Amino acid sequence: MPKVTVDGIEVEVDASATVLQACELAGAEIPRFCYHERLSIAGNCRMCLVEVERAPKPVASCAQPVTDGMVVHTKTEKVKRAREGVMEFLLINHPLDCPICDQGGECDLQDQAMGYGIDNNRYVENKRAVEDKDMGPLIATTMTRCIHCTRCVRFITEVSGVAELGATGRGEDMEITTYLEKALTSELQGNVIDLCPVGALTSKPYAFTARPWELKKTETIDVMDAMGSNIRVDSRGREVMRVLPRVNEAINEEWISDKTRFIWDGLKTQRLDRPYVREDGKLRVATWDEAFAKIAEKVASTTPDKMAAIAGDLADVESMKALKDLMVSLGVTNLDCRQDGAKIGTGGRGSYIFNSGIEAIEESDALLVIGSNPRLEAPVLNARIRKQWTKGGFPIGVVGEDTDLTYPTDYLGAGTDTLKQIIDGSHPFARVMEVAENPMIIVGQGALTREDGEAVLTAIIAYAKSTGVIKDGWNGFNVLHTAAARVGGLDLGFLPGEEGRDTQAILDGAAAGAIDLVFLLGADEIETKSLGNAFVVYQGTHGDAGAHCADVILPGAAYTEKSGLYVNTEGRVQMAKRAAFPPGDAREDWAILRALSAKLGKALPYDSLRDLRAALYEDVPHFATLDDLTPVEVPQGSATGAMSATPFTNAIKDFYMTNPIARASKVMADCAALAKGTDKGATGTHG
Amino acid sequence: MLQDKDRIFTNLYGLDGCTLADAQRRGDWSGTKDLIGKGKDWIISEMKESGLRGRGGAGFPTGLKWSFMPKESDGRPHYLVVNADESEPGTCKDREIMRHDPQKLIEGCLIAAFAMGANAGYIYIRGEFIREREALQAAIDEAYAAGLLGKNAADSGWDFELYVHHGAGAYICGEETALLESLEGKKGMPRLKPPFPANAGLYGAPTTVNNVESIAVAPTILRRGASWFSGLGRPNNAGTKLFSISGHVNNPCNVEEEMGIPLRELIDKHCGGVRGGWDNLLAVIPGGSSVPMLPKSVCDTILMDFDSLKEVGSGLGTAAVIVMDKSTDIIKAIARLSAFYKHESCGQCTPCREGTGWMWRVMERLAKGEAEVEEIDMLLDVTKRIEGHTICALGDAAAWPVQGLIKHFRPVIEERIAAQKAGRLIQVAAE
Repeated sequence: MPKVTVDGIEVEVDASATVLQACELAGAEIPRFCYHERLSIAGNCRMCLVEVERAPKPVASCAQPVTDGMVVHTKTEKVKRAREGVMEFLLINHPLDCPICDQGGECDLQDQAMGYGIDNNRYVENKRAVEDKDMGPLIATTMTRCIHCTRCVRFITEVSGVAELGATGRGEDMEITTYLEKALTSELQGNVIDLCPVGALTSKPYAFTARPWELKKTETIDVMDAMGSNIRVDSRGREVMRVLPRVNEAINEEWISDKTRFIWDGLKTQRLDRPYVREDGKLRVATWDEAFAKIAEKVASTTPDKMAAIAGDLADVESMKALKDLMVSLGVTNLDCRQDGAKIGTGGRGSYIFNSGIEAIEESDALLVIGSNPRLEAPVLNARIRKQWTKGGFPIGVVGEDTDLTYPTDYLGAGTDTLKQIIDGSHPFARVMEVAENPMIIVGQGALTREDGEAVLTAIIAYAKSTGVIKDGWNGFNVLHTAAARVGGLDLGFLPGEEGRDTQAILDGAAAGAIDLVFLLGADEIETKSLGNAFVVYQGTHGDAGAHCADVILPGAAYTEKSGLYVNTEGRVQMAKRAAFPPGDAREDWAILRALSAKLGKALPYDSLRDLRAALYEDVPHFATLDDLTPVEVPQGSATGAMSATPFTNAIKDFYMTNPIARASKVMADCAALAKGTDKGATGTHG
Repeated sequence: MLQDKDRIFTNLYGLDGCTLADAQRRGDWSGTKDLIGKGKDWIISEMKESGLRGRGGAGFPTGLKWSFMPKESDGRPHYLVVNADESEPGTCKDREIMRHDPQKLIEGCLIAAFAMGANAGYIYIRGEFIREREALQAAIDEAYAAGLLGKNAADSGWDFELYVHHGAGAYICGEETALLESLEGKKGMPRLKPPFPANAGLYGAPTTVNNVESIAVAPTILRRGASWFSGLGRPNNAGTKLFSISGHVNNPCNVEEEMGIPLRELIDKHCGGVRGGWDNLLAVIPGGSSVPMLPKSVCDTILMDFDSLKEVGSGLGTAAVIVMDKSTDIIKAIARLSAFYKHESCGQCTPCREGTGWMWRVMERLAKGEAEVEEIDMLLDVTKRIEGHTICALGDAAAWPVQGLIKHFRPVIEERIAAQKAGRLIQVAAE
């Protein structure tokens, strides 16, 4: 390993390291704009210039590989002058509009101008003005502020995989733009807001609403998909102002999807802030006591076999635990957490989680995607697949719908016929999987929510074992979920008990009059029409499908408003924290259920979240292991049925509209309209 | 003065016919097979011994450059790329080669490609060169028809395909890595080095980029021997060179001359002298617009080669001599160059993108005298902050003319400012 001396401190660094990395290791601070460790090296801002002995000119440290015996100086007069020079050049055409710029307070240019700039201005000519570009409903542009670091271009091209951003023009006339000013289509585009070191690209929905120093920062977990991306929720008072990513190498690196980032306006609209009861066919505002009394009355007159409960996609583990305990104490066995009807949960934990872990995608050398569109089901995970693909030697086969995943794939076929060919080895891609060192399979919910889902799962598991996807030291059998609550619910056993009905059977039963009382814990993705005349209790956050058909509404807390456990698709348990309080009379969900249980005469044996968690950890010990993966047994298939030839259809049709919070969000509605092509856009004479 | 027998470009002016038959009559393509038969190592060592330095401006030894290519392919193809994006203001030598002596270039391509193990070559030709591209393409077609290119080119046993790629007219695409980017279909922006093209060039494969003149002289050097070429010129500055002399001379021209010829002799012998006589000379830019100018006092004695010009703080560059007599508004002339560099900066690096525009705006004001005297030093400081701080040399090229102006003509600038302040400048402004 080469030895490098930085300002007199000798450090040993990897042979592939750059001078900048060596400097950081030696504790020398190097200012930079264009350099970003997750993007390719551009070397264009020239802010990171350092002096290297025996080099005739200052060296751009971000782009220079180290050599043994290199002597680097970062604090000399020459380096200081070079930095001052670059800073001066950056500022001559940068508007001094910091007071009205949304980046103010978290601006790299502002900070580095303080640290490395000079205190006067020698430029007396006119400044450049650049026309703003329309990049769609998410990104606000003030292109005059652009310093041409090209981080956004590199992110969109390299990470998100859609070559839609670029530079036109030359020299000082160079402008960053989308092609013909079309809106970006990437589901990860919001990340360019974080990447932009200045205020050229800022968040359109967040524009002019807050300053970073006014915000309370809460580090928590996202629930928009099953990845469990680590996020920071910035709030002011009771309001969530914005959502930003946190670094977690194992899960989301430092990216989040646009749904995760821009969902927050949905937290403020359509909220259920008071209990409601239905009287004479109309919902009216009620007190908690009235609501509970109405439920108690119904429960008292209904036998347990006519009662059922369905947990939704955003439910935390604690509230599902409380609901399950309450139902069990009432003798109810009709429980289900699989709103989409996926035929999973019976073959052991290994049969329904993303066994290898998301990070292990980077160790894999062949991938078979079955019934999934990872680009919509987990955009950040899709970026990880793309990252591995860009390294080369990563063939990707797709069975199911043929969609643009942002990287080239081998489209193998639409359904189980192709799958059978792969399994029996007659399909050429079977050979690819066979010779791979660490082959991986991603099974989407599109393959599992069908009638024959269990048979498909069993067949895939058997194939995985036979072709080296599951072997000693490697388990590449991965189920990709779409709901944040799903793995937690399955771990908890929020599933039909003995002779219990599953989601479809509950709906059928309700339609047929065999089920009289249905408890929905934030469940909105079911066919609510089927609930018929059953008495529906809806506990949730938004006036969405479930609330519309409810007889009693209990207002709960959204994911930013409570502390709760979520288990992501990998089976990783993470704790979300409260960033703001629920609106009005709404309460944390476990507490509502605890209060209800007392009214029903079946008081749950815990009075605090702490006690609830203690009971939970006793039931299911792995919930106590936060943030880490726990070892899982090898999955077992359990079905014997045959597979039907119907093609797989992907679970997510409309990425921006997958849950009640998203459907309440105007920003998501705009994005959805744009994605569908129904957005008329600016006409030129509008406004 | 170069004798006719030592001239390489015997049809520089197109007086002797430009077809393949004409070229063969002049000696091109004679014994090419035998030259190649002597092997790669012989060719490269001959080129090294000849002392040929790259004719594109930087003067890097050509043989050494060829030797940087991997000896054996690691599975990647090797490429030869010829830089015919001749855009340096004042320079018009490659253009004459392509128009009138294209077979020299084509033969050179075959030999160079063989020496570096390349089966494909690309000639990247400047966007504005329409007729030149047509002439070159016609010559290549002729060579293909005669079996001099393609499979078993010139019966040498070496397969070689040669393509002409037409640029779109950006000056920066003459920078070798920007040229490669452009050739790959991307925006012409210089790449970071390392990796150097010999390791990862066109499409990530080992590539050598050479100037048209460097490649075109190679066959003659090999035929006549390295010692013949190195015997011309001065030590470390061997051989003959095409000079393009423009500006205030009586007879602007392209001419092949020996390296190290005194500037005064070059101008007096070939160009009919400076307009109005030698004493009417103001300054000379000796190597294309990007090198610092020389005042008359230096021009009196300076020799035209790499090392002599470097000693006096300038450079040979492309040997495009721009002569300015005393009627020249020297500040305005340099301001025009600043406008050129501002227009041609690719916009990648901060100092060049922002600095070229700044320099140009100050230069425009200096040309009118609408400035303060202190701004001269500020401008000099700005040029120093661009120079050496960018990925490619365009930043340096933009800074040097201004530095040359301030170094040699500061009193003129100061006088202009004073005149403007005193209201004496109506005459100049009206010009």
